[in-house]
Amino acid sequence: MQIAIVKYNAGNIRSVSNALERIGCRDVHITDDIAALQSADKVIFPGVGEASTTMKHLRSTGLDKVILGLKQPVLGICLGMQLMCNHSEEGDVDCLGIFPVNVRRFILPTPNPDNLKIPQMGWNTINNLKQPLFSPELEGKFVYFVHSYYAELCEYTASITHHTLDYSSSLHKDNFYATQFHPEKSGSVGETILRNFIAL
Amino acid sequence: MLAKRIIPCLDIRNGQTVKGVNFVNIREVGDPVELGAYYAQQGADELVFLDITASHEERKTFPDLVRRIAQGVNIPFTVGGGISELKDADILLSAGADKISINSSAVRNPQLVSDMAHNFGSQFVVVAIDARFDETSGEWIVTVKGGREATEKRLFSWAKEVQERGAGEILFTSMNHDGVKQGFANEALAKLSTELSIPIIASGGAGKMEHFKDVFTIGKADAGLAASIFHFKEIAIPDLKEYLRNNGITVR
Repeated sequence: MQIAIVKYNAGNIRSVSNALERIGCRDVHITDDIAALQSADKVIFPGVGEASTTMKHLRSTGLDKVILGLKQPVLGICLGMQLMCNHSEEGDVDCLGIFPVNVRRFILPTPNPDNLKIPQMGWNTINNLKQPLFSPELEGKFVYFVHSYYAELCEYTASITHHTLDYSSSLHKDNFYATQFHPEKSGSVGETILRNFIAL
Repeated sequence: MLAKRIIPCLDIRNGQTVKGVNFVNIREVGDPVELGAYYAQQGADELVFLDITASHEERKTFPDLVRRIAQGVNIPFTVGGGISELKDADILLSAGADKISINSSAVRNPQLVSDMAHNFGSQFVVVAIDARFDETSGEWIVTVKGGREATEKRLFSWAKEVQERGAGEILFTSMNHDGVKQGFANEALAKLSTELSIPIIASGGAGKMEHFKDVFTIGKADAGLAASIFHFKEIAIPDLKEYLRNNGITVR
Protein backbone atom coordinates (compact mmCIF):
# COMPACT_ATOMS: atom_id res chain seq x y z
CA MET A 1 0.00 0.00 0.00
CA GLN A 2 1.72 3.13 -1.25
CA ILE A 3 0.38 6.41 0.08
CA ALA A 4 1.46 9.69 -1.48
CA ILE A 5 0.97 13.02 0.28
CA VAL A 6 0.92 15.96 -2.13
CA LYS A 7 3.87 18.21 -1.34
CA TYR A 8 3.29 21.90 -1.92
CA ASN A 9 3.58 25.18 -0.06
CA ALA A 10 0.90 24.39 2.48
CA GLY A 11 1.73 24.25 6.16
CA ASN A 12 2.09 21.31 8.45
CA ILE A 13 2.12 18.36 6.05
CA ARG A 14 4.32 16.32 8.35
CA SER A 15 1.45 15.83 10.80
CA VAL A 16 -0.43 13.77 8.18
CA SER A 17 2.49 11.40 7.64
CA ASN A 18 2.99 11.14 11.41
CA ALA A 19 -0.65 10.10 11.80
CA LEU A 20 -0.38 7.52 9.00
CA GLU A 21 2.72 6.09 10.63
CA ARG A 22 0.88 5.87 13.98
CA ILE A 23 -1.81 3.67 12.38
CA GLY A 24 0.81 1.41 10.86
CA CYS A 25 1.26 2.69 7.29
CA ARG A 26 4.84 1.98 6.28
CA ASP A 27 5.01 3.24 2.72
CA VAL A 28 4.22 6.96 2.97
CA HIS A 29 5.84 9.55 0.71
CA ILE A 30 5.53 13.32 0.73
CA THR A 31 6.08 14.14 -2.92
CA ASP A 32 5.35 16.49 -5.80
CA ASP A 33 6.64 13.99 -8.34
CA ILE A 34 3.87 13.49 -10.91
CA ALA A 35 4.65 9.83 -11.62
CA ALA A 36 4.78 9.03 -7.90
CA LEU A 37 1.42 10.71 -7.31
CA GLN A 38 -0.19 8.91 -10.24
CA SER A 39 1.10 5.48 -9.29
CA ALA A 40 0.32 5.63 -5.55
CA ASP A 41 -2.53 3.48 -4.21
CA LYS A 42 -3.93 6.41 -2.23
CA VAL A 43 -3.26 10.14 -2.42
CA ILE A 44 -3.73 12.65 0.39
CA PHE A 45 -4.03 16.34 -0.43
CA PRO A 46 -3.59 18.22 2.87
CA GLY A 47 -3.29 21.92 3.39
CA VAL A 48 -3.25 24.83 5.74
CA GLY A 49 -2.99 28.32 4.38
CA GLU A 50 -4.64 30.88 2.12
CA ALA A 51 -6.76 29.68 -0.82
CA SER A 52 -5.83 32.05 -3.65
CA THR A 53 -2.07 31.92 -3.02
CA THR A 54 -2.17 28.15 -2.84
CA MET A 55 -4.30 27.81 -6.01
CA LYS A 56 -1.80 30.00 -7.86
CA HIS A 57 1.00 27.73 -6.72
CA LEU A 58 -0.89 24.60 -7.83
CA ARG A 59 -1.53 26.11 -11.27
CA SER A 60 2.05 27.26 -11.76
CA THR A 61 3.40 23.81 -10.95
CA GLY A 62 0.75 21.92 -12.95
CA LEU A 63 -0.30 20.02 -9.83
CA ASP A 64 -3.89 21.19 -10.40
CA LYS A 65 -4.24 19.05 -13.54
CA VAL A 66 -2.43 16.14 -11.93
CA ILE A 67 -4.87 16.09 -8.99
CA LEU A 68 -7.90 16.40 -11.30
CA GLY A 69 -6.70 13.42 -13.32
CA LEU A 70 -6.11 11.04 -10.40
CA LYS A 71 -8.10 7.79 -10.57
CA GLN A 72 -7.28 6.24 -7.18
CA PRO A 73 -8.94 7.33 -3.90
CA VAL A 74 -7.90 10.90 -3.04
CA LEU A 75 -8.47 12.53 0.36
CA GLY A 76 -8.40 16.33 0.64
CA ILE A 77 -7.97 17.76 4.13
CA CYS A 78 -8.91 21.27 5.36
CA LEU A 79 -7.68 23.76 2.74
CA GLY A 80 -7.17 20.74 0.47
CA MET A 81 -10.93 20.14 0.62
CA GLN A 82 -11.73 23.80 -0.06
CA LEU A 83 -9.42 23.82 -3.09
CA MET A 84 -11.32 20.80 -4.49
CA CYS A 85 -14.50 22.91 -4.55
CA ASN A 86 -15.74 25.25 -7.26
CA HIS A 87 -14.82 28.67 -5.96
CA SER A 88 -13.56 30.17 -2.69
CA GLU A 89 -14.40 33.56 -1.21
CA GLU A 90 -10.92 33.54 0.33
CA GLY A 91 -9.04 35.64 -2.20
CA ASP A 92 -12.04 35.27 -4.60
CA VAL A 93 -10.45 32.39 -6.49
CA ASP A 94 -11.68 29.65 -8.81
CA CYS A 95 -10.59 26.28 -7.45
CA LEU A 96 -10.32 22.76 -8.89
CA GLY A 97 -14.08 22.29 -9.31
CA ILE A 98 -14.19 18.62 -8.33
CA PHE A 99 -17.12 19.34 -5.99
CA PRO A 100 -19.72 21.67 -7.54
CA VAL A 101 -20.04 23.80 -4.42
CA ASN A 102 -18.74 27.15 -3.21
CA VAL A 103 -16.60 28.00 -0.18
CA ARG A 104 -17.80 30.96 1.89
CA ARG A 105 -16.61 32.82 4.96
CA PHE A 106 -18.45 32.23 8.25
CA ILE A 107 -20.47 35.23 9.37
CA LEU A 108 -21.13 35.65 13.10
CA PRO A 109 -24.79 36.02 14.00
CA THR A 110 -26.04 39.24 15.60
CA PRO A 111 -26.80 38.95 18.41
CA ASN A 112 -24.32 36.20 19.21
CA PRO A 113 -25.66 34.62 22.44
CA ASP A 114 -23.45 31.52 22.21
CA ASN A 115 -20.35 33.66 21.69
CA LEU A 116 -19.43 31.81 18.50
CA LYS A 117 -16.00 32.66 17.14
CA ILE A 118 -14.20 32.87 13.81
CA PRO A 119 -12.10 30.88 13.14
CA GLN A 120 -13.99 27.86 14.36
CA MET A 121 -11.23 26.29 16.40
CA GLY A 122 -11.69 23.07 18.29
CA TRP A 123 -13.82 19.94 18.42
CA ASN A 124 -17.23 19.69 16.81
CA THR A 125 -19.49 16.79 15.80
CA ILE A 126 -19.95 15.12 12.42
CA ASN A 127 -23.52 14.11 11.60
CA ASN A 128 -25.60 12.52 8.84
CA LEU A 129 -22.58 10.45 7.88
CA LYS A 130 -22.24 8.70 4.54
CA GLN A 131 -20.25 5.52 4.04
CA PRO A 132 -17.66 4.35 3.07
CA LEU A 133 -15.37 7.01 4.57
CA PHE A 134 -17.46 7.01 7.72
CA SER A 135 -18.37 3.83 9.54
CA PRO A 136 -21.73 4.01 11.40
CA GLU A 137 -20.16 4.15 14.89
CA LEU A 138 -18.68 7.57 14.04
CA GLU A 139 -22.09 9.30 13.93
CA GLY A 140 -22.07 12.33 16.23
CA LYS A 141 -18.41 11.96 17.20
CA PHE A 142 -16.15 14.96 17.76
CA VAL A 143 -13.32 15.83 15.36
CA TYR A 144 -10.88 18.75 15.28
CA PHE A 145 -11.53 21.82 13.11
CA VAL A 146 -9.62 25.04 12.41
CA HIS A 147 -11.19 27.18 9.71
CA SER A 148 -12.84 30.47 8.84
CA TYR A 149 -14.34 29.34 5.52
CA TYR A 150 -16.79 26.49 4.88
CA ALA A 151 -18.21 24.50 1.97
CA GLU A 152 -21.97 24.75 1.48
CA LEU A 153 -24.26 21.75 1.65
CA CYS A 154 -24.77 19.87 -1.63
CA GLU A 155 -25.64 16.44 -2.99
CA TYR A 156 -22.03 15.31 -2.34
CA THR A 157 -22.09 16.23 1.36
CA ALA A 158 -20.75 13.22 3.28
CA SER A 159 -21.12 14.72 6.78
CA ILE A 160 -22.81 17.79 8.23
CA THR A 161 -21.45 19.99 11.03
CA HIS A 162 -23.03 23.06 12.61
CA HIS A 163 -21.14 26.29 13.26
CA THR A 164 -23.30 29.40 12.76
CA LEU A 165 -25.06 27.21 10.15
CA ASP A 166 -25.08 23.66 8.76
CA TYR A 167 -22.25 23.09 6.30
CA SER A 168 -20.38 20.25 4.57
CA SER A 169 -17.72 19.03 6.98
CA SER A 170 -16.87 16.39 4.40
CA LEU A 171 -17.59 15.67 0.75
CA HIS A 172 -17.46 12.61 -1.47
CA LYS A 173 -17.79 12.29 -5.23
CA ASP A 174 -16.49 9.27 -7.17
CA ASN A 175 -12.88 8.65 -6.10
CA PHE A 176 -12.57 12.05 -4.40
CA TYR A 177 -13.07 12.35 -0.64
CA ALA A 178 -12.50 15.42 1.49
CA THR A 179 -12.76 16.51 5.12
CA GLN A 180 -12.81 20.05 6.47
CA PHE A 181 -11.60 18.74 9.82
CA HIS A 182 -8.18 17.30 10.53
CA PRO A 183 -8.43 13.50 10.92
CA GLU A 184 -4.68 13.50 11.61
CA LYS A 185 -5.33 15.55 14.77
CA SER A 186 -8.67 14.07 15.80
CA GLY A 187 -7.53 11.40 18.24
CA SER A 188 -8.84 7.86 17.85
CA VAL A 189 -11.89 8.99 15.82
CA GLY A 190 -9.57 10.57 13.26
CA GLU A 191 -7.48 7.42 13.16
CA THR A 192 -10.59 5.35 12.36
CA ILE A 193 -11.43 7.70 9.47
CA LEU A 194 -7.88 7.46 8.11
CA ARG A 195 -8.05 3.67 8.40
CA ASN A 196 -11.37 3.66 6.52
CA PHE A 197 -9.78 5.73 3.75
CA ILE A 198 -6.76 3.47 3.54
CA ALA A 199 -9.08 0.44 3.32
CA LEU A 200 -11.02 1.82 0.30
CA MET B 1 -21.98 22.41 18.54
CA LEU B 2 -18.37 23.37 19.13
CA ALA B 3 -17.11 21.85 22.38
CA LYS B 4 -15.40 23.75 25.17
CA ARG B 5 -11.79 22.63 25.35
CA ILE B 6 -9.76 21.36 28.32
CA ILE B 7 -6.04 21.97 27.90
CA PRO B 8 -3.32 20.64 30.23
CA CYS B 9 -0.15 22.72 30.15
CA LEU B 10 3.22 21.03 30.57
CA ASP B 11 6.32 22.94 31.57
CA ILE B 12 9.46 21.59 29.94
CA ARG B 13 13.01 22.03 31.12
CA ASN B 14 15.88 20.36 29.30
CA GLY B 15 13.46 18.08 27.46
CA GLN B 16 11.74 16.82 30.61
CA THR B 17 8.45 17.82 32.20
CA VAL B 18 9.06 19.85 35.30
CA LYS B 19 6.00 18.77 37.24
CA GLY B 20 6.33 15.12 36.37
CA VAL B 21 4.29 13.47 39.03
CA ASN B 22 3.56 9.87 39.73
CA PHE B 23 1.36 8.72 36.89
CA VAL B 24 0.58 5.07 36.70
CA ASN B 25 1.19 3.33 33.39
CA ILE B 26 3.80 5.79 32.33
CA ARG B 27 7.24 4.29 32.09
CA GLU B 28 9.26 7.47 32.20
CA VAL B 29 7.54 9.91 34.47
CA GLY B 30 9.28 12.98 33.16
CA ASP B 31 8.93 12.21 29.47
CA PRO B 32 6.72 14.90 27.82
CA VAL B 33 5.81 12.59 24.93
CA GLU B 34 4.48 9.86 27.23
CA LEU B 35 2.72 12.37 29.43
CA GLY B 36 1.21 14.07 26.37
CA ALA B 37 -0.02 10.77 24.95
CA TYR B 38 -1.46 9.89 28.35
CA TYR B 39 -3.41 13.16 28.51
CA ALA B 40 -4.61 12.69 24.93
CA GLN B 41 -5.89 9.25 25.81
CA GLN B 42 -7.58 10.67 28.93
CA GLY B 43 -9.59 13.09 26.79
CA ALA B 44 -7.54 16.29 26.82
CA ASP B 45 -8.58 18.36 23.80
CA GLU B 46 -5.23 20.00 23.18
CA LEU B 47 -1.87 20.29 24.88
CA VAL B 48 0.46 23.18 25.55
CA PHE B 49 4.18 22.59 26.02
CA LEU B 50 6.02 25.55 27.49
CA ASP B 51 9.78 25.49 27.31
CA ILE B 52 10.96 27.19 30.48
CA THR B 53 14.61 26.35 29.84
CA ALA B 54 16.70 29.27 30.95
CA SER B 55 19.62 29.31 28.58
CA HIS B 56 19.70 29.64 24.84
CA GLU B 57 22.18 26.77 24.66
CA GLU B 58 19.86 24.30 26.39
CA ARG B 59 16.87 25.37 24.32
CA LYS B 60 18.41 23.89 21.17
CA THR B 61 17.05 20.48 22.13
CA PHE B 62 13.43 21.70 22.09
CA PRO B 63 12.74 21.16 18.34
CA ASP B 64 13.81 17.52 18.71
CA LEU B 65 11.32 17.10 21.50
CA VAL B 66 8.60 18.80 19.41
CA ARG B 67 9.35 16.35 16.61
CA ARG B 68 8.85 13.41 18.99
CA ILE B 69 5.63 14.91 20.39
CA ALA B 70 4.29 15.35 16.84
CA GLN B 71 5.00 11.69 16.15
CA GLY B 72 3.52 10.39 19.37
CA VAL B 73 0.50 12.57 20.12
CA ASN B 74 -2.74 12.41 18.09
CA ILE B 75 -4.32 15.71 19.19
CA PRO B 76 -3.27 19.31 18.45
CA PHE B 77 -0.53 20.93 20.51
CA THR B 78 0.90 24.38 21.02
CA VAL B 79 4.50 25.11 21.92
CA GLY B 80 5.84 28.24 23.53
CA GLY B 81 8.82 29.67 25.32
CA GLY B 82 11.65 31.69 23.92
CA ILE B 83 10.14 32.30 20.48
CA SER B 84 11.31 35.74 19.47
CA GLU B 85 11.68 35.68 15.70
CA LEU B 86 10.17 34.11 12.58
CA LYS B 87 13.04 31.64 12.32
CA ASP B 88 12.23 30.17 15.76
CA ALA B 89 8.61 29.64 14.73
CA ASP B 90 9.58 28.16 11.38
CA ILE B 91 11.79 25.55 13.06
CA LEU B 92 8.95 24.53 15.40
CA LEU B 93 6.44 24.41 12.53
CA SER B 94 8.76 22.14 10.56
CA ALA B 95 9.17 19.98 13.65
CA GLY B 96 5.40 19.45 13.67
CA ALA B 97 3.94 21.98 16.12
CA ASP B 98 0.32 22.89 15.33
CA LYS B 99 0.54 26.31 16.95
CA ILE B 100 3.12 28.50 18.63
CA SER B 101 2.53 30.78 21.55
CA ILE B 102 4.32 34.11 21.85
CA ASN B 103 4.22 36.39 24.86
CA SER B 104 6.87 38.90 25.85
CA SER B 105 8.42 38.94 22.37
CA ALA B 106 5.06 40.17 21.05
CA VAL B 107 4.91 42.89 23.70
CA ARG B 108 8.44 44.01 22.79
CA ASN B 109 7.76 43.83 19.06
CA PRO B 110 4.04 43.83 18.12
CA GLN B 111 4.96 43.60 14.44
CA LEU B 112 6.06 40.03 15.18
CA VAL B 113 2.39 39.01 15.55
CA SER B 114 1.59 40.41 12.09
CA ASP B 115 4.66 38.78 10.55
CA MET B 116 3.89 35.40 12.11
CA ALA B 117 0.25 35.50 10.98
CA HIS B 118 1.26 36.57 7.48
CA ASN B 119 3.93 33.90 7.13
CA PHE B 120 2.31 30.92 8.83
CA GLY B 121 -1.41 31.78 9.01
CA SER B 122 -3.48 32.98 11.95
CA GLN B 123 -4.34 29.44 13.00
CA PHE B 124 -0.67 28.96 13.95
CA VAL B 125 -0.36 32.03 16.18
CA VAL B 126 -1.49 32.08 19.81
CA VAL B 127 -0.68 35.27 21.70
CA ALA B 128 -0.29 34.69 25.42
CA ILE B 129 -1.08 37.67 27.62
CA ASP B 130 -0.14 37.76 31.30
CA ALA B 131 -1.97 40.58 33.04
CA ARG B 132 -2.44 41.81 36.60
CA PHE B 133 -5.46 43.75 37.86
CA ASP B 134 -4.36 46.97 39.51
CA GLU B 135 -6.82 47.97 42.26
CA THR B 136 -5.69 51.59 42.32
CA SER B 137 -6.19 52.35 38.63
CA GLY B 138 -8.86 49.72 38.08
CA GLU B 139 -6.94 48.52 35.03
CA TRP B 140 -5.58 45.19 33.81
CA ILE B 141 -1.85 45.81 33.26
CA VAL B 142 -0.01 43.55 30.84
CA THR B 143 3.10 42.09 32.43
CA VAL B 144 6.14 40.16 31.21
CA LYS B 145 8.74 37.94 32.88
CA GLY B 146 6.20 35.83 34.73
CA GLY B 147 4.35 38.85 36.04
CA ARG B 148 7.41 40.49 37.58
CA GLU B 149 7.60 43.37 35.13
CA ALA B 150 4.70 45.69 34.28
CA THR B 151 4.44 47.14 30.77
CA GLU B 152 2.70 50.14 29.24
CA LYS B 153 0.09 47.89 27.65
CA ARG B 154 -3.42 47.25 28.95
CA LEU B 155 -5.21 43.93 28.57
CA PHE B 156 -8.24 44.84 26.44
CA SER B 157 -6.54 47.22 24.01
CA TRP B 158 -3.57 44.86 23.62
CA ALA B 159 -5.88 41.89 23.02
CA LYS B 160 -7.73 43.84 20.33
CA GLU B 161 -4.46 44.90 18.74
CA VAL B 162 -3.15 41.33 18.47
CA GLN B 163 -6.49 40.20 17.02
CA GLU B 164 -6.21 42.92 14.38
CA ARG B 165 -2.63 41.88 13.70
CA GLY B 166 -3.82 38.37 12.92
CA ALA B 167 -3.52 36.33 16.12
CA GLY B 168 -5.66 33.20 15.91
CA GLU B 169 -6.28 32.83 19.64
CA ILE B 170 -5.54 34.56 22.92
CA LEU B 171 -4.27 32.74 25.99
CA PHE B 172 -5.03 35.04 28.91
CA THR B 173 -3.45 34.37 32.30
CA SER B 174 -4.56 36.45 35.25
CA MET B 175 -1.56 36.92 37.51
CA ASN B 176 -3.96 37.71 40.37
CA HIS B 177 -5.60 34.31 40.04
CA ASP B 178 -2.67 32.15 38.91
CA GLY B 179 -1.68 29.59 41.56
CA VAL B 180 -4.41 30.71 43.99
CA LYS B 181 -6.86 27.97 42.95
CA GLN B 182 -9.91 30.13 43.71
CA GLY B 183 -11.30 30.23 40.18
CA PHE B 184 -10.54 32.03 36.92
CA ALA B 185 -10.77 35.80 36.22
CA ASN B 186 -14.27 35.40 34.85
CA GLU B 187 -15.25 39.04 34.61
CA ALA B 188 -12.25 40.00 32.50
CA LEU B 189 -12.58 36.81 30.46
CA ALA B 190 -16.24 37.50 29.64
CA LYS B 191 -15.34 41.01 28.50
CA LEU B 192 -12.53 39.66 26.30
CA SER B 193 -14.72 36.94 24.85
CA THR B 194 -17.56 39.32 24.05
CA GLU B 195 -15.43 42.11 22.61
CA LEU B 196 -13.19 39.88 20.48
CA SER B 197 -14.11 37.52 17.67
CA ILE B 198 -11.22 35.05 18.11
CA PRO B 199 -11.21 32.23 20.70
CA ILE B 200 -10.07 32.92 24.27
CA ILE B 201 -8.17 30.36 26.34
CA ALA B 202 -8.50 31.01 30.07
CA SER B 203 -5.56 30.32 32.36
CA GLY B 204 -4.85 30.85 36.02
CA GLY B 205 -7.01 29.92 38.98
CA ALA B 206 -8.32 26.40 38.39
CA GLY B 207 -8.70 24.60 41.72
CA LYS B 208 -11.82 22.50 41.39
CA MET B 209 -14.23 21.31 38.73
CA GLU B 210 -16.74 24.05 39.48
CA HIS B 211 -14.17 26.62 38.36
CA PHE B 212 -14.24 25.16 34.85
CA LYS B 213 -18.04 25.31 34.78
CA ASP B 214 -17.84 28.98 35.78
CA VAL B 215 -15.13 29.87 33.29
CA PHE B 216 -17.24 28.49 30.43
CA THR B 217 -20.56 29.96 31.58
CA ILE B 218 -19.74 33.20 33.44
CA GLY B 219 -16.32 33.72 31.81
CA LYS B 220 -17.57 32.73 28.33
CA ALA B 221 -14.13 31.25 27.61
CA ASP B 222 -13.62 28.88 24.68
CA ALA B 223 -11.01 26.77 26.47
CA GLY B 224 -9.71 26.29 29.99
CA LEU B 225 -6.05 25.64 30.66
CA ALA B 226 -4.48 24.30 33.84
CA ALA B 227 -1.30 22.60 34.96
CA SER B 228 -0.85 21.43 38.52
CA ILE B 229 -4.41 20.23 39.21
CA PHE B 230 -4.02 17.79 36.33
CA HIS B 231 -0.40 16.87 37.02
CA PHE B 232 -1.07 16.22 40.70
CA LYS B 233 -4.24 14.31 39.84
CA GLU B 234 -6.44 16.59 41.89
CA ILE B 235 -8.83 16.52 38.94
CA ALA B 236 -8.97 13.67 36.43
CA ILE B 237 -9.93 14.81 32.94
CA PRO B 238 -12.62 12.11 32.37
CA ASP B 239 -14.31 13.15 35.66
CA LEU B 240 -14.10 16.82 34.70
CA LYS B 241 -15.65 16.15 31.29
CA GLU B 242 -18.49 14.20 32.87
CA TYR B 243 -19.12 16.94 35.43
CA LEU B 244 -19.25 19.59 32.72
CA ARG B 245 -21.54 17.48 30.55
CA ASN B 246 -23.89 16.99 33.50
CA ASN B 247 -23.94 20.75 33.90
CA GLY B 248 -25.10 21.31 30.34
CA ILE B 249 -21.74 22.32 28.87
CA THR B 250 -20.77 20.83 25.50
CA VAL B 251 -17.54 18.87 25.84
CA ARG B 252 -16.01 16.17 23.73
